Amino acid sequence: MISPASTLTIALRALRANKMRSSLTMLGIIIGVAAVIAMLSIGAAARQRIADEINSMGSNLLIVFSGSTSSGGARMGTGTDPTISLEDVEAMLRECPSVLDAAPMHSGSAQIVYGNRNWSTGIIGTTASVLHINAWEMLHGRAFTPQDERYSAKVCLLGMTVADELFGAIDPVGRIVRIKHVPFRVLGVLKPKGQSMTGQDQDDVVYVPITTAQRKLFGGTLPGMVRFVMVKATGLHALDQAEQEIVALLRHRHRIGPGQTDDFTVRNLTQMMQIAITLANIMTILLGAIASISLLVGGIGILNLMLVSVTERTREIGIRIAVGAKTWDIRLQFIMEAMTLSLIGGLIGIVLGQAGSIGLCMAAGLPVHVSAAGIALSFGFSAAVGIFFGYYPAHKASLLNPIDALRYE
Amino acid sequence: MTAPVDATSHLINLRTVSKEYAMGDNRIRALDDVSLTIARGEFVSVMGPSGSGKSTLMNIIGCLDTPSAGSYRLDGQDVGRLGRDELARIRNRTIGFVFQGFNLLARTSALENVALPLLYSGSRAEERYSRAREALATVGLADREHHHPNQLSGGQQQRVTIARAIVNQAPVILADEPTGNLDSATGIEIMNLFVRLNREAGITVIVVTHEREIAQYGRRLIKFRDGRIVSDAELAP
Repeated sequence: MISPASTLTIALRALRANKMRSSLTMLGIIIGVAAVIAMLSIGAAARQRIADEINSMGSNLLIVFSGSTSSGGARMGTGTDPTISLEDVEAMLRECPSVLDAAPMHSGSAQIVYGNRNWSTGIIGTTASVLHINAWEMLHGRAFTPQDERYSAKVCLLGMTVADELFGAIDPVGRIVRIKHVPFRVLGVLKPKGQSMTGQDQDDVVYVPITTAQRKLFGGTLPGMVRFVMVKATGLHALDQAEQEIVALLRHRHRIGPGQTDDFTVRNLTQMMQIAITLANIMTILLGAIASISLLVGGIGILNLMLVSVTERTREIGIRIAVGAKTWDIRLQFIMEAMTLSLIGGLIGIVLGQAGSIGLCMAAGLPVHVSAAGIALSFGFSAAVGIFFGYYPAHKASLLNPIDALRYE
Repeated sequence: MTAPVDATSHLINLRTVSKEYAMGDNRIRALDDVSLTIARGEFVSVMGPSGSGKSTLMNIIGCLDTPSAGSYRLDGQDVGRLGRDELARIRNRTIGFVFQGFNLLARTSALENVALPLLYSGSRAEERYSRAREALATVGLADREHHHPNQLSGGQQQRVTIARAIVNQAPVILADEPTGNLDSATGIEIMNLFVRLNREAGITVIVVTHEREIAQYGRRLIKFRDGRIVSDAELAP
């Protein structure tokens, strides 16, 4: 039996003898492997991005929206009809065992003024619970206290963008800003949260106590009511239970009989994220499958090259068999040739694919992701392509009749 | 008629060997009931017109083909019923082939060509190359080991083939028209090399030829016609 090292030497010599043909065949594998690697890496990066987004939004979240209103046949969307009251929120905290925390949210927009500077931004009335629910932290100063909420204190928390626009390098904590001509004392600045998945600046916002928002800023439109409530369940598996408890509670409190539709909407953020991740996975599989087809085509290139090579080298095969090569010696020689092609091509493809995906991820603002599993998979896959597409020509070569092969011109 | 040799030393022993081929609807009987013994150390010339069956005989003796009927014992072993890989092993150890068209691997050095049988007998690289160098030295090509076949003359190429045939210390050299592609002076050199290997190393040499002058180098001449031996005689030295 011939040694693997000798087989490799023979394979390299045979491939070198036809450099152009070997490199073109290898190019097929290079493109295939590079495409698979790039697609898997980009898919993994997209998935990572979505996972990061979930973590930044806080986990185990439900959002309960007030109902929608209609105005002259035009339906205004969820949260426009104020059906949920602060009492409803307190009842949720009190009566729903699967609800860990809940923050009423009441939003609007207004101009905020400090000295000679002003800025138009979103104003959200809420409670300090919103910080706990979303795992947001303060950069400077402190959050609201229950007293601030009870007495409708004219205090506010600034997002980083607002703080920068109004104060620049000045420390805003303790300063007085005016919102709708009402003076507010700045209690603190929130840590930057960056862009949301939809590209919105999550730091371009001002938080005020919910009662203050209702009585001093947007009281005219929705007295005592909230547009939506952010709810944190006691755990990931308690989300469905919490949703059921909230629906039952609100239907009871709003006196909605059986068969009547809810005047509120519950959305499960984790579910949305899971759907997004599932979609990203499907995209990855789809792109990977398309890329695999190019690898398959590369493999057929190898098959073609090897078949031509076996025919051209019939006489060589005859000589080898005549001087004592056994069936497996010949078979191994040609499989080794096919594998050498596919593995060298695979290695180059991995390097190019990885470089390409890093470039694409950086251009698209996705986290750069080097998938070790993807690299191992592609390497194994290209070896398998070599064996699979090299086997038939190798088998054909090994069964040649030496008498005919030696006479072959 | 046959050379007077001791039966136990018969290296090659064919008994009523026939070989039939199917050619379309016809069956061609290339060998017809041939019985032949060749002893270790003989130098046999086989002559006959083309189609006489001498090539078929060589293929069977060389274990490239198996008989349709009859038995063939090579070095005491019945090779008629062996499988493909077992025949390959016997060719590797027992037979050295020399062809009319040389049949060397192109783009491969003389040294690598000579070492080829050792590659398939599983020898390690150092051993392969040292034995291949010895064999090249024996045929007088010690200074040509890195030349490729296309850099060598016909006579040199044929000597590389002979080195390949003896590198594994095979007891038999089968030469099929070894001088067919060579000019007569070179042909004489090659035949003298066979004579020397036969006399000095005791290698059994069987040469197939259609040239009477070439056949004269042997010490025994077998003539073939229509798949049968028509004469088998010792030649005067």
